[in-house]
Amino acid sequence: MMHGTAPAPSVALAVEGVSYAYGTRRALADVTFSIAPATFAVLLGLNGAGKTTLFSLITRLYGTRYGQIRILGHDVAQTPGDALRLIGVVFQSRTLDLDLSVMQNLIYHAALHGIGRGEARKRAGELLHQIDLADRARDKVRNLSGGQMRRVEIARALLHRPRLLVLDEPTVGLDVQSRAAILDQMRRLVSREGVCVLWATHLIDEVSAGDDVIVLHHGRVLARGPVARVCEDAGASDIREAFARLTKISTADAPDEAA
Amino acid sequence: MTIEVASGVDARFSPLQYAICLTGIVWREGLRFLHQRERFVSALVRPLVWLFIFAAGFRQVLGVSIIPPYDTYVLYEVYITPGLVAMIQLFNGMASSLSMVYDREMGNMRTLLVSPFPRWYLLSSKLIAGTAVSLLQVYAFLFIAWFWEIQPPPIGYLTVLPALVLTGLMLGALGMLISSVVRQLENFAGVMNFVIFPMFFASSALYPLWRVREGSPALYYVCQANPFTHATELIRFALYGQVNWISLAVVCACTAVFMIGAILAYDPSRGLLARRGDRGGAA
Repeated sequence: MMHGTAPAPSVALAVEGVSYAYGTRRALADVTFSIAPATFAVLLGLNGAGKTTLFSLITRLYGTRYGQIRILGHDVAQTPGDALRLIGVVFQSRTLDLDLSVMQNLIYHAALHGIGRGEARKRAGELLHQIDLADRARDKVRNLSGGQMRRVEIARALLHRPRLLVLDEPTVGLDVQSRAAILDQMRRLVSREGVCVLWATHLIDEVSAGDDVIVLHHGRVLARGPVARVCEDAGASDIREAFARLTKISTADAPDEAA
Repeated sequence: MTIEVASGVDARFSPLQYAICLTGIVWREGLRFLHQRERFVSALVRPLVWLFIFAAGFRQVLGVSIIPPYDTYVLYEVYITPGLVAMIQLFNGMASSLSMVYDREMGNMRTLLVSPFPRWYLLSSKLIAGTAVSLLQVYAFLFIAWFWEIQPPPIGYLTVLPALVLTGLMLGALGMLISSVVRQLENFAGVMNFVIFPMFFASSALYPLWRVREGSPALYYVCQANPFTHATELIRFALYGQVNWISLAVVCACTAVFMIGAILAYDPSRGLLARRGDRGGAA
């Protein structure tokens, strides 16, 4: 369940009154929402809505100057180490080292979390098995397909066993099948491991009925909550219509996979 | 209002975990180095061209008198070798700065910066990794130069090591500082023009400073103030088992200043990264 009120210990991610500007250009205005553990939350917004800025603040690439962000109660600005250790991140752009093998990339990432080689190999082996890439561990990343790289990046983000996984437009440039496979994998992760997932996208068809959704438009949160409630509040029959009404764009313009 | 959360993780990293992080970063830098052979070759060819061609051509033009640390007349090739060693490290420092800019475009820098280790530690580890790579390049160069009769006392190869570590750190930190200011990849040409060439030519790398003074007293003071001069002199003296204390002090001070500058520049709350509107992969 999402709510914008005072945080409870049962909150995986709390964003409170966060504003951000690049010079005079305002990117986020008083953004407030929270996500409970074991939730699949979709951060829905068009390009330029402020999704990437919000991600940069959550992952502390930028400092939060106005407002507060807490990961399971740890303030990102005050105790960045404690907060960052609980987050797994998949950036929008590809961040694997193309010249290194899949396993080498994973070992490097594990080292960045203080996980030794032996343990890293073990965990990486398990994760690669789960995403059906166990036989590609020794291959150079360069030789993988786009969808496979994405899956490796997700496996990498899970290596240090985070409680919150944030993904910034992870399906951009992937085919229908890869997208479905990754979404499916993420939803299973939520239900099976109780991990909280924040999934940013501009593709409405990636929202499913049981998800939570946060509609971000021009740096403002227009709606937040379970899909059913957001639709109801907007007086819409489905999330596509609700999104169109909220953002005052026509339904036909609402982006989907074909966009 | 703070909330205690039983997240099941230790609040602090152990020294062992710090060591794992450092080794991981150095290991990756080493792997990248091995995979980019052309980088290694060009790092070697550049100083060798200076040594084999430029120095040979200038041998007759420039006479070098007996100045410390040399106790005999030396060939011009022998004189410029320490400067070329420093040049290798200067290029390496700038190249890893380029790779950081490149990393940032590609997002690798971001994966480094979202690590829960303190950011100063991550940047320092990256710096140590770059310095380690520069040591490999320098010793490969000194090995080839030995056959060209650049033969410092054998003990010099050992005594030069701490000097190389220091100068490598200084030039790497300078590169890192610059990388936080450089906007785009293309600007490496600008780095060449505005950093590498002036630093290299306005130093004691190619000519002793007393000769510079004869030509232009103003330039002499510029050379004296150039950290690269002191990097060169520190290496030159160390290669002959001696310590140039002034250069040592200057190199240490510059390393500290550049490093602190780089850490501040990459500090999110000061937000140089963000202030420039560097949104990375966001189209």
